[in-house]
Amino acid sequence: MSKITIDPVTRLEGHGKIEIFLDDEEEVKGAYLQVPELRGFEKFCEGRRAEDMPTITSRICGVCREAHYLASTKTLDSAFGVTPTETATKLRELVYNAYIFSDHLLHLYFLAGPDYLVGWNAPKAERNILGVIKKVGKDVGKRVIETRAKVTKIIEILGGKPIHPAFGIPGGVTKGLDEEEFEQIKVIADSCVEFAEFTYKLFKTSVFREVDQEGKLETYYMGLVDDKDRVSFYDGEVRVVDPEGKEFCRFGFDYLDYIKEHVEPWTYVKFPYLKPVGWKGFKDGKDSGIYKVGPIARLNVAKGMKTKLANEAYKEFFEEHERPAHFTGAYIQARAIELLQAAERIKELSEDKTLLNKDLRNPDLKTPSRGVGITEAARGTLFHDYTFDEQGLVRKVNLIVPTTQNSSPISMTVRDSAKRYIKKGVVNDGILNRIERDYRTYDPCFACASHFIPGEEPLELILRREDGTIFKRIKRGGA
Amino acid sequence: MKPKLAFYWCASCGGCEVAILDLNEALLDLVEKADIVFWPCAMDFKRSDVEKMGDNHIDFSFINGAIRTSEDVEMADLLRKKSKHVVAFGSCSCFGGIPGLANMSSKKEMLERIYDTESTEERAVFPSVKFEFDGEILTLPEFLDEAKPLEEVIKVDYFIPGCPPQTEQTLEALDSLLNGRSDKKVFASAKSVCDECPRQKEDKKLSTIKRIYEIQDDGRCLLEQGIPCLGPATAGGCGARCVKANYPCTGCNGPTQEAIDQGARMIASLASALGIEDEEKMEEKKVDELIDEIIDPVGTFYKFSLPKSILKKRWRDLDKSKTIGGRS
Repeated sequence: MSKITIDPVTRLEGHGKIEIFLDDEEEVKGAYLQVPELRGFEKFCEGRRAEDMPTITSRICGVCREAHYLASTKTLDSAFGVTPTETATKLRELVYNAYIFSDHLLHLYFLAGPDYLVGWNAPKAERNILGVIKKVGKDVGKRVIETRAKVTKIIEILGGKPIHPAFGIPGGVTKGLDEEEFEQIKVIADSCVEFAEFTYKLFKTSVFREVDQEGKLETYYMGLVDDKDRVSFYDGEVRVVDPEGKEFCRFGFDYLDYIKEHVEPWTYVKFPYLKPVGWKGFKDGKDSGIYKVGPIARLNVAKGMKTKLANEAYKEFFEEHERPAHFTGAYIQARAIELLQAAERIKELSEDKTLLNKDLRNPDLKTPSRGVGITEAARGTLFHDYTFDEQGLVRKVNLIVPTTQNSSPISMTVRDSAKRYIKKGVVNDGILNRIERDYRTYDPCFACASHFIPGEEPLELILRREDGTIFKRIKRGGA
Repeated sequence: MKPKLAFYWCASCGGCEVAILDLNEALLDLVEKADIVFWPCAMDFKRSDVEKMGDNHIDFSFINGAIRTSEDVEMADLLRKKSKHVVAFGSCSCFGGIPGLANMSSKKEMLERIYDTESTEERAVFPSVKFEFDGEILTLPEFLDEAKPLEEVIKVDYFIPGCPPQTEQTLEALDSLLNGRSDKKVFASAKSVCDECPRQKEDKKLSTIKRIYEIQDDGRCLLEQGIPCLGPATAGGCGARCVKANYPCTGCNGPTQEAIDQGARMIASLASALGIEDEEKMEEKKVDELIDEIIDPVGTFYKFSLPKSILKKRWRDLDKSKTIGGRS
């Protein structure tokens, strides 16, 4: 029995490590992804002031900070029983779409891009953004960097700081726009749409055919939709479809009736599943409650996109692929399609003169109680749930984050890919990176997932038979 | 020869990594001038690549995040050994940061809450660092009793605070470090956030403390409007960006240079704004009422600096989190 270790996993957010176990025949017996970090937000948020929650929870993740920040702000709206003003809602949505745009851009070019634009088998030292720039040319590289800088500027104009913004309060926002800022954002919006179109075309011609179409998991899918069942990032209703694409349920504030987190006696990590279906182990299919979140999940649950170009790309995608799309490589395509929607939505909002209105705060706050805030983070559905005492101090916090919800599918993808690529114990850097490439497509965010995960999960050590009985347990670290 | 750089994260959110990516064009200049030899967020070099390097091979290691697990300690030790200079990058690394708020609870209390949420199934096993399976011992990296700033585990040469450090702070630091002009040890302004704040101060005394959602902002100094804004106690250099978005400073850049303790400095500023220094003239009841209005003083005044604060030891000894932080 031998073991292969990839440590740390790279080009993703947060800490991770992969352990692959080979049997006596040198074939893959099991492969596990571990997250060796804990910070413990659920606990140390207790006792904090309500208004501090967006500031604190933004630090769950410095990449998807606006997702946490605004999910948290929406939770405050819910807890204080207040509807934010129309202008505040639009400004928040503008920031939110700027975030989705920037985050997807980061994934497509900086994180996953090297696997496709440079090649999963390219030398290690070239598999990074610099290698991408070398491949696509300095001009394109410069445009990637400039566009990211510009869209970050939108967040800075409205939220003060570009990373970890400061503007959300229950019932509204603290900062509005003046004429000059409005004009500035309008110009930025144009370049966002232009660059999203360019990126979509680039990926369509040189990446889409490269993505892995064989690795498939036939799971349920979850995502927010608007009142016309279109993909929606900032707000909406949660819709779940089954592995055949039929609507399974819809929910919101009552999410606890639909999501349960499985705890195994032998591991620390939580595995969310659909409560009405139940936990059936690491299996896909209709009888297993495992579901996916994130870009392809959103496309699978929605009936279309909110904006024109994105919707055309969406239609094209489902003309080429079965629906729901189960292959993991579909995440990349879906992300490029969503990049279009985020850019077009930024443009729509940037042309709306009512953004200049001064109704930024609805002061009609009730005594705070329990609040739930749900958004679609770049990586999937995000739930914040706080309970306050009457002074607005936190009593209880529950957080369900995208990468945690994808933890079962990611584990299964790592297992399946290791089995596909490692034969007779032959491994090299390229093969190992290919395994990383396959689950990197989820754009996992272990910073988010490790807001609670304590220590290192001992998953690596337990090899089970089909019936769940333990086949082998190995001392961690022993090779 | 080009200087060699490493970027690494301990218990962090990744915002410090994005802050490096957000140097944008300047990042391209940086890679012209220096070689990045380890950066898990953006590059494929692994821990084993670092282990193979000779001692002092790296010129500057920028380490962000708090020290939270034994793995963080191992990586900090490894990078210290392989580097000529270590830079604590960001407020988690400099002061403990937001993850440092965990120091108000014991490890046991934290783990109990994590496995007993509304959505989890019944808790099956309580996590521990040592398991025994089939006669074999299985160990886990230790989740330490508390979050620590980097300086508590290894020698740190330079500090760049901020959550995350603002681009201008980072560029200034990179420029002076790479050119050997590092006369500064801490790359933050010697002045406070108030010195960079455009809001009008009238030096009026406060009669009451308010919450940010209770005011209709009139553009004056937020502290004078009753909001506990941490500007007076916080080092500048950030451009007072939050205050410019009409949001109070939450203290992410750490204490001002002359303040030993950020919270203590803020409490003094607030006492002065409340006119409590003239307390002989005030009724005792009135003073109590004013102080009583400050709920969650620890979360308000030490949001980013608890592990580095003078309170640190006290929290360690007490371990009674249920009575700390609120107004019990």
